[in-house]
Amino acid sequence: MTLALPPRTAPATTAPSPAGLRATARIVARADADGTTRLPVLDGDGPFALRRLRAHGGPARVCVVGAMSAPLGGDRLAIEVTAEAGSALHLTAAAATVALPGRTGEPAHYDVRLTVGEGARLEWLPEPLISAAGSDLRMTTTVELAATARLVLREEQVLGRSGEPTGALRSRLTVRRAGRTLLDQETAYGPGAPGWDTSAVLGGHRAVGQLLVVTPEFEDAPAEVRLLGAAADQPHRGRPSGDQRPDAQGVLAPLAGPGALATAVAPDGLRLRRLLDEAARGPGG
Amino acid sequence: MSRAALLVLADGRFPAGGHAHSGGAEPAVAAGRIKDAATLESFCRGRLHTTGLVAAALAAAAAAGCDPLLLDDAADARTPVPALRQVARRLGRQMMRAARATWPDPALDALAAARPRGAHQPVVLGLAARSAGLSPQDAAYAVAYESLSGPATAAVRLLSLDPFDATAVLAHLAADVDRVAEQGAAAGERVAAEGADVLPAASAPLLDITAEAHAAWPVRLFAS
Repeated sequence: MTLALPPRTAPATTAPSPAGLRATARIVARADADGTTRLPVLDGDGPFALRRLRAHGGPARVCVVGAMSAPLGGDRLAIEVTAEAGSALHLTAAAATVALPGRTGEPAHYDVRLTVGEGARLEWLPEPLISAAGSDLRMTTTVELAATARLVLREEQVLGRSGEPTGALRSRLTVRRAGRTLLDQETAYGPGAPGWDTSAVLGGHRAVGQLLVVTPEFEDAPAEVRLLGAAADQPHRGRPSGDQRPDAQGVLAPLAGPGALATAVAPDGLRLRRLLDEAARGPGG
Repeated sequence: MSRAALLVLADGRFPAGGHAHSGGAEPAVAAGRIKDAATLESFCRGRLHTTGLVAAALAAAAAAGCDPLLLDDAADARTPVPALRQVARRLGRQMMRAARATWPDPALDALAAARPRGAHQPVVLGLAARSAGLSPQDAAYAVAYESLSGPATAAVRLLSLDPFDATAVLAHLAADVDRVAEQGAAAGERVAAEGADVLPAASAPLLDITAEAHAAWPVRLFAS
């Protein structure tokens, strides 16, 4: 008696291994002589399918479409984006990324590397990362900016799908500008991260996110501090008893350099996005 | 030199101005997130393993002899809100005055001259520990412990919490302090060879958000 092995369904470009999937997607944006941005490299890989969208004369637009379920435990995924001098690139994603447990119990790795040249502009606006119960994801986002580069970056993390506990999610965001580190932050949530579910860190919230804007104009005129959501409410001693639902809150504040960072926490991804959108619009917008 | 210098440095009566700061406890009490000994302990555990760990590693690196200006920049990159950068520098300036009087050292003078408005407090404390002949791990211990004792002392005043209960909170977290001091010292001792990127960067979103909200209060008991 023989058993036929089921055919592997992963695309041919990936290198399947017992440990998990390895895939790196690459995008290069280049400015033409007339100022429009071309995409000489637009290589999807593994779970990342890349779709060029109509640009309407503005920056080149690319949408990352998830072509399979990932990252699973053991996977090593990466996206490398380079916006060369003078180019403009706007990146979005079609859907949330869900970190899922793998078969081996190995952590998954997901590394995003963004490089922005002189006078270039990169907008990296993916959908949320959702940490499913039992998953273990180590994520890094590393940004290298030239002195006159512009960056808009959004990062949202949702801890657990609806009604389930979160997986383990460790994420480091490092932004270097002209050789100096402008921002370095690590978040660690879920099993194995001591103190994450406390009133100093998340206060019961299950969605947390950031919106980072770096532009040389902040060199002369730094962003002003703006409180978002419940953080703007007046202090009150003693909340009404029984009200245990945490209120979404955040702050937009200048970094120690030409950047502004909005940080927000919320009970869910929807209310988190609302606060980050409020931060992006500006006061009264 | 004497290890007893660590007791002098870590003593709450060391005149470095820490008593005026609640370490984020005042807004947490106002929001009902700290209301008794149990919730104080949870808050302190979160603070210790995030900003406490970063501060412990910075202090250990300074005590190990790393360039304090490089560490000061690393502290800025790990402190995304201006309210906490200002507090860290104000406390650093006060720590500098106390340290120069206690353990005079040209290295302290040089940092004071380079950062007249104050360097980040853990960097100054680490350098002070070095001047006192203490080890990087000693410096990490002093800072890790301080990241708890500040909020615990403040909670006694803010909540009229029983001081025995607040002290018990500190004792419950002793093993966590050991762990953070060891992690911080291990990272701090790697900086000389591998650069400041090896320093931990653990962040606590609510501490950042509420520090800015608290700074905007018209009336408050603590400076931070």
